[in-house]
Amino acid sequence: MEVNIWIFLLVNVLKVIVVTVLLLVCVAYTVLLERKVVGRIQNRWGPSRVGPFGLLQPLVDGAKLFLKEDLMPTSVYRPLFIVAPIIALACALLSISMIPFGADVRYKGIDLFQISDVNIGLLILLAITGVGVYGIALSGWASNNKYSLLGALRASAQVVSYELALGLSLVGVVLRSQSLRLRDIVNLQATHGLLSWNFFGGFQFVAFFIYIMAAFAETNRAPFDLPEAESELTAGYHTEYSSMKFAMFFMAEYANMITVGCVATLLFFGGWSSPFGHLFPTFGPVAEALLSIFWFVVKVFFFLFLYIWVRGTLPRFRYDQLMVFGWRVLLPLAILNIVVTSLWLAYRSA
Amino acid sequence: MHLVLFFIFGGLCVAGALNLLFQRHPINSALSLIVVMSCLAVLYLLLGAEFLAAAQVIVYSGAIMVLFTFVIMLLNAGREQRTHGSKAAYLVGIPGAVALVALLVYIFLSNRGPLGDAVLGNYLVTTSDLSRVLFRDLLLPFEVTSILILVAILGAVALARKEH
Amino acid sequence: MVPIYYYLILSAILFSIGVGAFLIKRNIISIFMSIELMLNAVNLSFVAFAHHWHQVNGQIFVFFVMVVAAAEAAVGLAIIIAIFRSRATLNVDSVDLMKL
Repeated sequence: MEVNIWIFLLVNVLKVIVVTVLLLVCVAYTVLLERKVVGRIQNRWGPSRVGPFGLLQPLVDGAKLFLKEDLMPTSVYRPLFIVAPIIALACALLSISMIPFGADVRYKGIDLFQISDVNIGLLILLAITGVGVYGIALSGWASNNKYSLLGALRASAQVVSYELALGLSLVGVVLRSQSLRLRDIVNLQATHGLLSWNFFGGFQFVAFFIYIMAAFAETNRAPFDLPEAESELTAGYHTEYSSMKFAMFFMAEYANMITVGCVATLLFFGGWSSPFGHLFPTFGPVAEALLSIFWFVVKVFFFLFLYIWVRGTLPRFRYDQLMVFGWRVLLPLAILNIVVTSLWLAYRSA
Repeated sequence: MHLVLFFIFGGLCVAGALNLLFQRHPINSALSLIVVMSCLAVLYLLLGAEFLAAAQVIVYSGAIMVLFTFVIMLLNAGREQRTHGSKAAYLVGIPGAVALVALLVYIFLSNRGPLGDAVLGNYLVTTSDLSRVLFRDLLLPFEVTSILILVAILGAVALARKEH
Repeated sequence: MVPIYYYLILSAILFSIGVGAFLIKRNIISIFMSIELMLNAVNLSFVAFAHHWHQVNGQIFVFFVMVVAAAEAAVGLAIIIAIFRSRATLNVDSVDLMKL
């Protein structure tokens, strides 16, 4: 690479700062979106007093969480008690570094819309999800509380079980695009607009539904949110946490939701490519880049809405039903999807 | 740059391994082993094994060590106690390990001429190269390991089940 | 530009720390973790040699070592749980007789 090391460092640091700040703002407003949408599903307004349409609510919430007293019971195992929410939040924020937000626009050879472009981007996303389990498990252990420990063990077992179905459901996409690099996967879907997306033209709809269900379970969101349900196990693994550490778990959960939405759009819905394909003429590279970001944001917003919609509508799974669903339904279906996809691709290339 | 990264992550590996040795409670040993495994993943990346680096984090740090952590949390046996057996083990263990490392380092140092340098970017194995060899030339060992995993699953379920 | 023997010496150090931990520790689970450490050290030297000789087979062997280590960890931890159920201790010095 012929680029100067200082320019490289400066552009990358700028990218990281911009993306992190935007992600944290999105997390805060996703909380507001959830409260409004769940409120409307339940025929009430949701937060509407703090600003116009309740838009300043996240700021006020953040101030509240920050100013609360940070209780740490004396019998907790301190190092792990403090480190566990940091692990959860760090893994949630790290996943964003692999995700390309828009078209391949480069400044002196540095990709502007993706923080790091590695050949194995998809595998690294799975790896970070796998390491994120420790945030939950260690928080339950360090709290020195039977209910927290049980909640943490249940949550970790749930996450680990659904990781298999998650990983296997993505294999169909990788088989079709012959690459683990996220930009290559999206570029393959950008050819004919709506029809060449992996959900429609790639026939990966089964994989998409497996992915969405496994991702709901991975992020501990309804209907798989038994670990943190308020009426079971006294709030589970984050019972003993208050103020900023609880806020870190909370932010980690919503950041994971956003990451899942981003990955689902990249892999199944064509990423930043427009559904109209090349029907409309483009107005130059700047407009094209902005339009790509616009489509990406619209699709991720749709996924967030789907998450919140499902939360407001479906009842919660019981723990044994959850485990049976993950191991006996999703896993065989994911393997079947891989077999059918590879047979179909072999037939097409033969 | 390569040298700096090697020393940072190699140093972290050795520090994690020593922490595993000296900690009394198994949960601390488990966490230091996770640190060792993640740093080893970075070293694999420096040696051009990108798929193995991801597999190391997914399989070792993200699954095997989660299993260890689960069992430690579940059994909750507490810190180690000093028994007469442990004092005898110190007398044998530490000189044994030191002798082993001295022997190995001597062998590697005396053969360092023929071994060259590891250059970043010299040899990068992509996932498709790896899978080409794995699924064509070495298909039989691959299928045998899948049967091995099946047997291990059955064995683990049979052993850990509660007796009625 | 790192000489290959640096990686091999690091692997040797990790392996011997694993051997030392195996002999010194008295908790069954810690002994098991030192076995995993030894396997990882060997994986590192396999990958270093794969880089040196430009052979993919070194990395494939690492893949198989990972698989075998995973299977062994699962079965070993199941055995440890069974031992804990009957002896109520994880100290190897207390489980040295077949009689309870």
